[in-house]
Amino acid sequence: MTPQDRRYTKTHEWIKIEGDLAVVGITDHAQESLGDVTFVELPSTGQKVAQKGECAVIESVKAASDIFSPVSGVVSKINDDLESSPEKINTDPYDKGWIFKLRDYNKEEYETLMDAASYDNFVENEQ
Amino acid sequence: MRKTVLFEKHIELKAKMVPFGGYIMPIQYSSIIKEHNATRNGVSIFDTCHMGEFVIKGKTAVNDLEKILTCSVSDIKTGRCRYGFICNENGGVIDDQILYRISENEFFMVVNASTEKTDFEWISSHISERTVIENLTEKTAKIDIQGPQSAKLFQKLMSERVDDMKYYNFKYNYYHGEKILTSRTGYTGEIGFEVYCTPDCALELWDECLKNGAVAAGLGARDTLRLEMGFSLYGHELNQKTNAASSGAARAISEKPFIGSQIVLDKSKNRLKLVGIKLDGRRSAREGDLIFDKNGSRTGYITSGSYCPSVQCACALGYIVDSQQLSSELIIKTERGDKLKGYIEALPFYKQATGRKDIKNFL
Repeated sequence: MTPQDRRYTKTHEWIKIEGDLAVVGITDHAQESLGDVTFVELPSTGQKVAQKGECAVIESVKAASDIFSPVSGVVSKINDDLESSPEKINTDPYDKGWIFKLRDYNKEEYETLMDAASYDNFVENEQ
Repeated sequence: MRKTVLFEKHIELKAKMVPFGGYIMPIQYSSIIKEHNATRNGVSIFDTCHMGEFVIKGKTAVNDLEKILTCSVSDIKTGRCRYGFICNENGGVIDDQILYRISENEFFMVVNASTEKTDFEWISSHISERTVIENLTEKTAKIDIQGPQSAKLFQKLMSERVDDMKYYNFKYNYYHGEKILTSRTGYTGEIGFEVYCTPDCALELWDECLKNGAVAAGLGARDTLRLEMGFSLYGHELNQKTNAASSGAARAISEKPFIGSQIVLDKSKNRLKLVGIKLDGRRSAREGDLIFDKNGSRTGYITSGSYCPSVQCACALGYIVDSQQLSSELIIKTERGDKLKGYIEALPFYKQATGRKDIKNFL
């Protein structure tokens, strides 16, 4: 269920390495708890982000939630499709629902994050 | 926390359950937006067993209710419902309610769950000795069947015809031989019915509606549906501190003496008014956000806000100083410090709702 090819944060973001870039999104568990996503405030390209820094906002029908960057880096791409189709975060959180991509990201920070098994375990214990 | 008779049904449907008005209630089953759209385009059912029901009767009932309610009571025809407020002495709202006239001297009142006890005590202490009030909440189950396809479903389930039910009319009908109270009311803006019956009857009705294609809808969809119609929600737009007249529900307030009328009917009071605000995009304003006019002066506050699926943008309700005109530009400062642009919009936000249309077109 939880993809093995990436790492996870305690705040329910995922991060996946794709060549020189690191792609960031939220987990299936996160989208499930948020409910229907109605709006995503994306970061700006070129924006520097710190690890655990607020860098996007996801709104659902009921509430707004911050998205924190799993590692530090520079935003190089954002998923513009989410502006008109924010529901992609619900329907495909691990692929089409990606939020932003980082360049020059911190690889040591990446290594400290949870793998899929640890994340699943974390979610189970959180409930 | 109280459970409604349909609690197990919600668990079977894997609903997300939340506390609401002293009950544990379903906020959503699969998706708020799907449940919302099912109500606008098809038919949905809501568990509204948590709401309070009273019977008030006696020769003095009309006079007492005229004093307790802001709406006029004596001219309600038997078989009709009327929306009105219960106010305190300061004109603040203790609750909003719908009154059903059963007969000349007998009324059925439907109130909110969170205020049921307060309402019952307030009414009991403000009626004359010869008026009788009975609290039917415990033994009354309630299901709302709503949406353009609700009329067909409802006719299929009821023994007697439903095509004579006009908006805000009620009648007794029969379901599996049980006499039940049904009204053409609801909180969604769509054509629909509210059904009052025994708990056992509600269990059967719930299952049979689902079997016939109705979608179970939760409090989340109920909230976005009512917001699109600009309907007030007690505890948000309405409360004990806000003057009933500010709510803009002019038809719910009659020029007559009632508890709080000296303040509610005094137009010289410089008060706020409830307005609809359509936002410039999908980003939502939320309860408690502050409203500024385009010159940057603070003019009010938001009471409800959400993305509205059928309007396809964010909409909000809020109180502002009573001088702003329709289409005026407003700035809403969110709790996070963001500034959202919006405009005053005539209510309802969603203008295609079927609620008041001729039922014959939906059968």
